[in-house]
Amino acid sequence: MSRIRYRRLVAVALVAGIGLTGAACSSSDKKDDNGSKTSSSSAGTPLDPKTKVTISVDCMPPTTKKPERKQWLDDIAEFHKTYPNVTINSKDTFPCEDTDKFTAQLQGQSETNVFYSYVTDLNQVLDAGQAADITDYVNDKTVPNLKDIDPNVLAILKDSGKLYGLPTTNYSMGLIYNRKIFKDAGLDPDKPPTTWDEIRTDSKVIQDKLGSKGIHGFFEYGAGNQGGWHLTSALYGAGNNVVSEDGTKAAFNGPEATSILQTIHDMRWVDNSMPSSAGKEWGESQKAMGAGQIGMYLAAPDDIQLMVQQYGANFDDLGMAPIPGGKTSLMGGNDYFFKKSDSPDQIKAGIAWINFKFLTLKKGQFNYGRNKADGIPVGLPQPFFFTGQAKATDTADKTQYATVPVANYKSYVDAQVPVKGEPPNAQKLYTVLDTVMSGVLSNKNADVSKLLSSAETQANQLLAAGQ
Amino acid sequence: MAATTVPDKTTRRHAGRAAGPKAQGGRGGLSRKLSQNLQAYGFLIGAILCFGFFSWYPMVREFIMSFQQTKRGVTSWVGFHNIKTVYHDPYFWTAWKNTGLFTLYALVIGFAVPFFVAILLNELRHARAYLRVLVYLPVMLPPVAGALLFKYFYNPEYGLFNRILKIFHLPTSQWLDSSHTALISVVIAATWMSMGSATLIYLAALQNIPGELYEAADLDGAGLWSKIWHVTIPQTKLVLSLMLLLQIVATMQEFTNVFLMAGGNGPENSTMTVVYMVYQYGYRYNNFGGAAALGLFLLLVLAGFSGLYARLNRNSD
Repeated sequence: MSRIRYRRLVAVALVAGIGLTGAACSSSDKKDDNGSKTSSSSAGTPLDPKTKVTISVDCMPPTTKKPERKQWLDDIAEFHKTYPNVTINSKDTFPCEDTDKFTAQLQGQSETNVFYSYVTDLNQVLDAGQAADITDYVNDKTVPNLKDIDPNVLAILKDSGKLYGLPTTNYSMGLIYNRKIFKDAGLDPDKPPTTWDEIRTDSKVIQDKLGSKGIHGFFEYGAGNQGGWHLTSALYGAGNNVVSEDGTKAAFNGPEATSILQTIHDMRWVDNSMPSSAGKEWGESQKAMGAGQIGMYLAAPDDIQLMVQQYGANFDDLGMAPIPGGKTSLMGGNDYFFKKSDSPDQIKAGIAWINFKFLTLKKGQFNYGRNKADGIPVGLPQPFFFTGQAKATDTADKTQYATVPVANYKSYVDAQVPVKGEPPNAQKLYTVLDTVMSGVLSNKNADVSKLLSSAETQANQLLAAGQ
Repeated sequence: MAATTVPDKTTRRHAGRAAGPKAQGGRGGLSRKLSQNLQAYGFLIGAILCFGFFSWYPMVREFIMSFQQTKRGVTSWVGFHNIKTVYHDPYFWTAWKNTGLFTLYALVIGFAVPFFVAILLNELRHARAYLRVLVYLPVMLPPVAGALLFKYFYNPEYGLFNRILKIFHLPTSQWLDSSHTALISVVIAATWMSMGSATLIYLAALQNIPGELYEAADLDGAGLWSKIWHVTIPQTKLVLSLMLLLQIVATMQEFTNVFLMAGGNGPENSTMTVVYMVYQYGYRYNNFGGAAALGLFLLLVLAGFSGLYARLNRNSD
């Protein structure tokens, strides 16, 4: 055999080998719905305490969050009193969900038996074939407060009528503002702005009075899909949709969008009441507000705790108002899914743990007396998912043990703005809307109508292609 | 002539080895040959496994994935659907345009500057070693730290660059905050961060040029530019062409700097590169098939450049 022919043979064998390996691996990737183990006839009954079962759960607070960590371990010990045969292997993760890592884990099927996610991730989790259908497992015996959980919140965790996750926290977007800056600028901190016109006026006052100290009135994002996400929030506040009800057409190009964007443009370029540099990555607004450099920005209430714990802000200085417009508010939050390959007992044990830790009043995260003793803030306007009797009890408990100035969030809580989930193909639409937001933030001569028309064409192009 | 030449030791050893098995023939010879080269095969298998697992398999897998789609846990073959999807993405051509511009800017700035710095360093008689270290220093800075440093420098309000411009009463810039300047700002930072390596490679090539050539040029009355044009560039042509190819391949895969400095897509998507789009498809849109299809486009373009390089080099040989 000549050397060339020999080389060719080796090469063919190698390529064939790699090809077969690839084919073997790709065939193993094929997942089907038959793998689901959720059709157990006894699914609706709570876990028998005698059952021996082991589950892994992620999002155990890291050692740097000492009180939260201690509470997690204490709660496991207390849970064991009821379920002595359930072993919980906790995975220390911070942040609880790193989007890129989460995606990789779903693709590699390496998530824990009970895994943490953002409520907006349902489609991604289902597409990866990783979530167990827990419809039959969740009822008023396994989750006694089920009837009082806001149906809108549960609806976000449902697909074709089937339930796939349980919420642990949730929020609706609003306006965080710095009460100290408001006071210093001569504004009434108990009367935060509720419309975009008022935001512009207050922002200019702040800039005029405190601009020389490097303090700006308003802050907005202009890249990394954050701008698109915020614009969606603003449009929801005005009662607008981003896409039509049937999800086939873009629905953001209207007078409300033009007005909001023109206001943001004018704040940036006419009033100069915004920083010259737009936010490019998540976290920049919290950092700036924590450092007392901005007066207002669109946000969720969990930012308040983050700013205090991470960026040195003071609870007394921070207030929260409803989303400008106040018609509807973009919601989000966190939940736990149950891995599709879990056994029925693992699913039951997981539900029992999530119910104990996150859905039982006066226990776990709702043990406000303990939170107060451990220095964990009590009184922030979230979780926000209970209604009826559960909400009344939760509010009473929260008020009794409050450690943060609850009155600072009164207008946000009182407004009770109806919540709405993300639009379909949210991230792609955010990329398109990012262009519009960054357009008004980066270009003094931006033509808002042209930006919106062009974005509408692009969004329709995406939607028509079924993307 | 070869027949009459006395073979040296190497030739004799090879000749003997080649003749051995033939002389003995049969399976015994083959097994002896195998046992003699056992170590070599061991190394070869190790290398093949490593390359196979970490380099070739992912490429094959990517190729397969670009024709697949996973929906509701079921992976199916979708033919050219992913390719059509990414091709019809409203930002497909934007990403290619930005990638092309990034590569062009990087060639103008990132290719020329290190070469001339290397020429300057080569001309120095004193402190060359110290300056070489100084030039290389930015390479030792972790890319993330370098990117964040430049992001700070570029801040239109309090950044270093605008402060310097103000001192000289020059107009300031929006740098990363304008769709007109964001891409070039990233290129400048990326060039600063990586030019040390390129400069040292050029310097090594320059030091291999025989001094006689410059002396001859001096005698012919050549000036600095003539010497660069007629001696330096022809003598370093191979290194230059290789660096050109490497730079094209590297800059067309730009991701880190646009991601860290401009939030990825940048103002009005002015920094959205093809690789950032791959990232978006994979990790934002959860469409790995689309990401793989885009990667395939990029692979084809880069393979085209590599082929062109090989052809040009063959012609020049």
